[in-house]
Amino acid sequence: MIRFVDVHKSYRVAGRDIPALEPFNLEIADGEVFGIIGHSGAGKSTLIRLINLLERPSGGRILIEDTDITALPDPALRAARQRIGMIFQHFNLLSSQTVAENIAFPMRIAGGKDSTAIRQRVEELLQRVGLADHANKFPSQLSGGQKQRVGIARALANQPSILLCDEATSALDPQTTASVLELLAEINRELKLTIVLITHEMDVVRRVCDRVAVLDAGRIVEHGAVADVFLHPQHATTRRFVNEALPEEAAGEHVPYQHVPGRIMRLSFRGAATWSPTLGRVTRETGVDFNILAGRIDRIKDLPYGQLTLAMQGDNVDKALQALRDAGIEIEELAR
Amino acid sequence: MIAASLPLLQNLFPNIDDWGELGQACIDTLLMLSGSLLLTVVIGLPLGVLLYLTGKGQLHAMPKLYGVLSLVVNVLRSIPFIILMIVVMPLTYVLVGTKLGVRGAIPPLVIGAAPFFARLVETALREVERGVIEASQAMGATTWQIVRHVLLPEARASLWAGVTVTAIALVGYTAMGGAIGAGGLGDLAYRYGYLSYKSDYMVVTVLLLIVLVQLLQMLGDRIVAHYSRS
Repeated sequence: MIRFVDVHKSYRVAGRDIPALEPFNLEIADGEVFGIIGHSGAGKSTLIRLINLLERPSGGRILIEDTDITALPDPALRAARQRIGMIFQHFNLLSSQTVAENIAFPMRIAGGKDSTAIRQRVEELLQRVGLADHANKFPSQLSGGQKQRVGIARALANQPSILLCDEATSALDPQTTASVLELLAEINRELKLTIVLITHEMDVVRRVCDRVAVLDAGRIVEHGAVADVFLHPQHATTRRFVNEALPEEAAGEHVPYQHVPGRIMRLSFRGAATWSPTLGRVTRETGVDFNILAGRIDRIKDLPYGQLTLAMQGDNVDKALQALRDAGIEIEELAR
Repeated sequence: MIAASLPLLQNLFPNIDDWGELGQACIDTLLMLSGSLLLTVVIGLPLGVLLYLTGKGQLHAMPKLYGVLSLVVNVLRSIPFIILMIVVMPLTYVLVGTKLGVRGAIPPLVIGAAPFFARLVETALREVERGVIEASQAMGATTWQIVRHVLLPEARASLWAGVTVTAIALVGYTAMGGAIGAGGLGDLAYRYGYLSYKSDYMVVTVLLLIVLVQLLQMLGDRIVAHYSRS
C-alpha cells in the first residue's frame, strides 16, 4: 500500500514558494490500477514522482508498505527504488545500448545477478512484451509502441511491486495506446503489481484504472472508483474530462433540450443491467413513450456500462422511473 | 618508399640540408601530441564530469565549487599558449626535470588543453537527455553508475568529437612550443624557416602539419560516425 499523509510540495522560484501540491492524503491499495488525471500544470507529474522520491515533498510522509521513504538514507532509498518500476512519456531509453542491454540495465545496477541469470530474465521479459525478435536492435530502429514496450520490460526487470506510468501513452497513436494499455492491464492482472498512472486522457483512465483521483491546480478535487467518478462526476474539472471522453451529445450538460417535449432523463446502467432489456420491459408495462437523445454503451475497465439520455412522455413517467430504479438503474433528471 | 622518394624531395626542396633532422622533428611532434593528448583526456574528462555534475540544476549542484572550477578553467583558457608555456616553466621543471624538448613540452600542453577539453566534455554531457538520467535515478542508480553507464556512453559521439578538436588544437600548440625550445616541426619551421630564411623548411613543415591535421580529422569523424546512433 502507498499512503500519502499530509503531503505537500512547493517549489522555490526566485525567492518565493510556489505551491505545486496542496496538502493531501491519499491511499493506493496493493494490486490496483490507480489513475491520476489532470491538465498540464495540475501537479500530476510532481505527485507521481513523490512515490519514488524523484521529487521530495516539502512536508508530510509517504509510506510504502508502512516504511516512510522520506526518512530513508540514500542506500536504502536506492534499494527501495529498485522495487519501483517507472515508464515515461518519451521512453527514456539508452540510445547507445541495444534493446536487450536496456532491459538488462536495471539488473546490472542492482547487482546480485550473474550474466546468465540476467540474459535469461531479459529473454523472459522480451517474450512478455512481445519483442523477442528485437533483442539486438537499437531504440532508434523501433516504433514508439515498441520503445514503450522496451520501457515496460525494463521497468519490470527487478520484479517491482509498484509500476509508475508517467503519461506512458501520451506520445502514442490511438491504436498503439490501446495495445500498450492492454499490456499494462495484463501485467497488473498476472503479476498483481500496483500500477499508478498519470494522464490527461479520461479514456486511459476508463480503460485500465480501478480508481482515479482528479487533480486540479495542485488539489485533489475528487477521487473514487472509476465507474462512480465517470458516471457521476461532481467537480467541474472532472465533468470536463468525462465530457472529453464522451461524444458531445452524450455529455448532455450544455446541449439544449428545451425544445424537446417530455422530461429529459439520464439513465446509467452498470454491469449486468447493461445487457438486460429493462427499458423495453418497463416502458411496455407502463405505457410510457421515450425518445433517445444521446447514448453510449461501453466498458469501464471490465465493467460494461450504458448511459442514455431520454425524453420521456406519458402519464406514468414517475412509475416507470421507479421501476427502472428498482432494476438498479441510476437516474438523473436533466430538465422537465 | 621514403628512401626512394628522397632524391625527388631533395630536388624539390634544395635548401633542406638534413632530412634526418626533419624526420626526428616529425617523431617529436607525434610524441608530444600523443603524450599530451592522453594526459589531457585523463585529466580533462574527470574535470569535465565534475563541471557537469556540480553545474546549476544538475545531479550534484554545488554553485561554489562550480564557480571556482569554472574560474580556473576560464583563466587557463584565456592565457595565450605561448605565454602559458613560459609562465609554467618552473612547474614544468619540477614535474619532469627539464624545460626543454618533448618532455618539457608536455606539462604546458596538458595545462593548456585540459581545461579546453573539460569544457567540451561538460557541453557534451549536457546534451544527454534529462529523461534518461531521471530514468536511471528511478532505477536506483548511484551517481557513479549514472556517469559510467549512462552519461559517458550516451555522450560518446560528442566526446570523440571533442577529442578530435582537442588533438588538432594540440597540433597547433606543439608548433608554437617549438619557438621556445620544445623541438618538433614548429621548432624547425621557426629556426630554419624564419630565423635562417630557409623557406623550404617552412613549406615542408606546414605541409606535414596539414597532413597530420587532415588525418586526425578523418579518424575522428569516423569514430564519431560509428558512435552516432540516433
